[in-house]
Amino acid sequence: MLNVKEMLEELNASPYEEIEIKTPHTGVIDFVGLNPGDRVSGPSGKWLERPGTLLANLTREKNKKPICATQKGQVMDIRSELEGKFVEAGERLLTIRHFLSKEEVIGRILKKALHLFHAPERAKYYFVPEIDAKIKAGGEQSVKVREGLDMFIVSRMKRETPLSYSGPEGMIYAVYFQQGDNVDGGQPLIGVCPESQLSLIQDVVNRVQGEWEERD
Amino acid sequence: MDIDKRTQELAARLTYIRDIFGQRENSSMAMLRTRLEEFLEKAPQLGMRELSRQVAKLEELFVLLEGKLESELTPMDRVRIVRHPQRICLKDILENVYDNYTEIGGQDEWSIDPGMIIARATIARRMGKKTVHQSVMVLGQEKGHGQEFRNGGSIKPWGNANALYYMRVAEIENIPIHSYVFTPGAFPVEDYPGAAQQISKNLYVMAGLKVPIISVFSEGGSGGAEAIALADKRLMLSHGYYSVISPEGAAAIEGGLKDKATPELIEACASRLRITAADNLELGFIDRVIQEPPLGARPEHYDFFRQLRREVIRATDEVVDSVDGLGPLRGMAIRRQAKAADPQDIFVRWSLGTGARTKLVDRRFEKFRAMSRTACRDNRSLGARIYSGLEGMLWAAHSTLRHDFLTRYKRHLLHLLEAAEAELRALRQGVGGPLGKFLGLGDGQQRRLEVAPEALERLTLLSCPEEGACRLEDTWVYVSPKSREDRTLTCPNSHTHGCLDLWGPDLFGEFAGVCSHCGHHFSMEFQWYLYNVFNFAQAYEFNSELESSNPLGYEGFDLKLEQAKRQTGLGSSCITFETHIEGVTTVVAVLVSPFRGGTVGAAEGEKIIRAAERAMLKRTPFILYSHGTAGIRIQEGTCGVIQMPRVTMAVRRYIEAGGLYLVLYDTNSFAGPVASFLGCSAYQFAVRSSNIGFAGPGVIRETTGVEVPPKYHRAFSALSRGHIQGIWDRRDIKKNLHQALLTMGGKNLYYR
Repeated sequence: MLNVKEMLEELNASPYEEIEIKTPHTGVIDFVGLNPGDRVSGPSGKWLERPGTLLANLTREKNKKPICATQKGQVMDIRSELEGKFVEAGERLLTIRHFLSKEEVIGRILKKALHLFHAPERAKYYFVPEIDAKIKAGGEQSVKVREGLDMFIVSRMKRETPLSYSGPEGMIYAVYFQQGDNVDGGQPLIGVCPESQLSLIQDVVNRVQGEWEERD
Repeated sequence: MDIDKRTQELAARLTYIRDIFGQRENSSMAMLRTRLEEFLEKAPQLGMRELSRQVAKLEELFVLLEGKLESELTPMDRVRIVRHPQRICLKDILENVYDNYTEIGGQDEWSIDPGMIIARATIARRMGKKTVHQSVMVLGQEKGHGQEFRNGGSIKPWGNANALYYMRVAEIENIPIHSYVFTPGAFPVEDYPGAAQQISKNLYVMAGLKVPIISVFSEGGSGGAEAIALADKRLMLSHGYYSVISPEGAAAIEGGLKDKATPELIEACASRLRITAADNLELGFIDRVIQEPPLGARPEHYDFFRQLRREVIRATDEVVDSVDGLGPLRGMAIRRQAKAADPQDIFVRWSLGTGARTKLVDRRFEKFRAMSRTACRDNRSLGARIYSGLEGMLWAAHSTLRHDFLTRYKRHLLHLLEAAEAELRALRQGVGGPLGKFLGLGDGQQRRLEVAPEALERLTLLSCPEEGACRLEDTWVYVSPKSREDRTLTCPNSHTHGCLDLWGPDLFGEFAGVCSHCGHHFSMEFQWYLYNVFNFAQAYEFNSELESSNPLGYEGFDLKLEQAKRQTGLGSSCITFETHIEGVTTVVAVLVSPFRGGTVGAAEGEKIIRAAERAMLKRTPFILYSHGTAGIRIQEGTCGVIQMPRVTMAVRRYIEAGGLYLVLYDTNSFAGPVASFLGCSAYQFAVRSSNIGFAGPGVIRETTGVEVPPKYHRAFSALSRGHIQGIWDRRDIKKNLHQALLTMGGKNLYYR
């Protein structure tokens, strides 16, 4: 049984994620004048092609390698005693405190609460007519699924095959695809939760949407 | 009512003048403004007759001062004139110059590319009492007086492809082509058919189109202009510009890409690039200038359209006359037409006969071959030049004797022998048995097995264990100086592929700059290829005396050029030589990246043309290896951009003569060269990890507003788009080249 209250309290107590930046290999460390409390940004650009803020340079065999921030956040704990020193691989250099956004909090809750059913291959996915009719009539959260239920039609290259659901029994909480659109293999199709928790999860999500304060 | 209209027109003329002169205020403009304001103030109190008199006086003043302002126009003002929404555009020309027209493949925004207009038009000409309608294919960029969907006349690759298709149609129908250039430049997207690759196809096809092509330049922006402007007669409107790059682009490069260029620098660049009609006429890149009314032609200048009509008719007549031998009287009349009232009075049929069509293409080649010849420095002595000319003649004689005369008979003889042998084999198979044995045709199967034991061993043994591992990588003739540095390097793919760091001496020595984990190719010096692939130590370099110069006297460029020459020890960014690749004699041209970014100017163009001519004469393959090229050298202005059609034509002649023209890209190859003589090859290969395209990501972002993905220009993307034909590993280039020499190319390769 999911303890939503506990989970929310836990998130409220520490509304951030701490990312430890470690050395990928041995080398001499040179921090680039970073101070505790400095704000750093993660990779940016449409394809995340621009690296994040430079945190330190690691030099091994005259090969200077930049170590960049992987997430947006605040620099917490720099081990300045390592400045100019040779360090081993896996040595922690600093910690970035990344404050969670609403989407990330909801994502975390749903990840714990939901069972995600993934697309096995890139194809177009449709619900079978009975389920489709039910969703249209009563919304997606009115459909109950169980192991082995024929749920989807996988359409690819003029070939249509049925796909049955596998996973725990429950209600559909969310549908993550548009019928008729191509879905890549490994992408979630539906999220399922136990029937008893449906209203609880909805409540939590609504509370997060309304109450969560974003700090970044 | 009439007075109101005339006053409004005067106000519009004043606004236009203000737009053209930008921030620069001068006495003429101030006077016009004051007089117009005074008149508008007084107007309500004046009677009808006085009003009319005052407006007429104002109109006279406008004409007078516009004439004065005309003499004060700077090159940048001319750029503003051609970009002004009131500037005449192709639709105006179709309406006013031609007697009738039908637009093909487009109706306003409903077109594959609304920026490109294609139309079948007719021009009516008198022949006594008879009227003859002559058809022409008219095409060009349409700016549409500021219509958004025309994209400012910036043509997408598919628009150029459509234009090319209808140029071919004109060739089939044997009617002349009139192309009107109204473009600031091509739209730099790589989607199929690709900006650069499509322009190169256009140039390649236009080089051999067997119908008269007349082009008229208003706004000639580099590659976009060249896509339709390879013509027999190139006319230019007096207020137009024809340039390798926009003055803003040149200023951005001059001032460092990050900073926004100042208006003063843009003005200076516009003057330095020599982009005006008078400049281009003087440099020999256009044939005639068509005079426009003061401050540029606008749609209401009907006299100008009449003049334009006369000029395009005259130009077409002249082209036809130059190849199709008109009657002596008409020929004389056409040549004196400049003074004659109307060229319409002399009838010239524009469809050409078979002989004339071939002659036309030859003339076109000669015309472009002669352009920009003096724009590079030839350091050869007079004696060397005479010797070189004589050598060429001797080679031509030798080539004719050996390949055309003797080889033909040899080939006939071989064909006869081949046929006789095949007959005998057929006889054996058909008759078989004792008769076959009687005729002495033993069992072929048995004979085939009689292979020398050494050869059999060589063919069947895969390794040579007693000699250790068969590692060819150790045998590089030239080793990069980067391998002498004791350091490690990180592969750029290490994040995604988990490549381990590589030790410099290993990477740049034995591994030839290739990541041993993911195969990423680090860039290598051009010398590495010269010595390890092209056997440069035994090669014969020619035309090294041809050196880049500063034909436009571009300010500060002499110094930069000297610096590049000193640093690289080269006279230009192109090295041409004759070499042997696995025993096959080959002519090679290399574009060298460290010399001014491998940019192409008049010297480079001339060297490549001469290399292609040498390969044609000696019946050898011609390989162009682009170690890297940033495009056309902007400081050479149109002397650079004219290399696009010039070299493409030379290459086409070589290919048509039956040679093999193979292009190999490395590091970064962009812009003009890719959009002409590199992109037109049927065999384009790329070294892995190279980038190929029309414009770099920064330029694409600035001009189109679209961000391109990080690996947009990578060789693999180019291969997926169908722009290149294969990707080679650096260590296999020599082997692959040899394979290509044996399997690709036309009929005239001597070793076949």
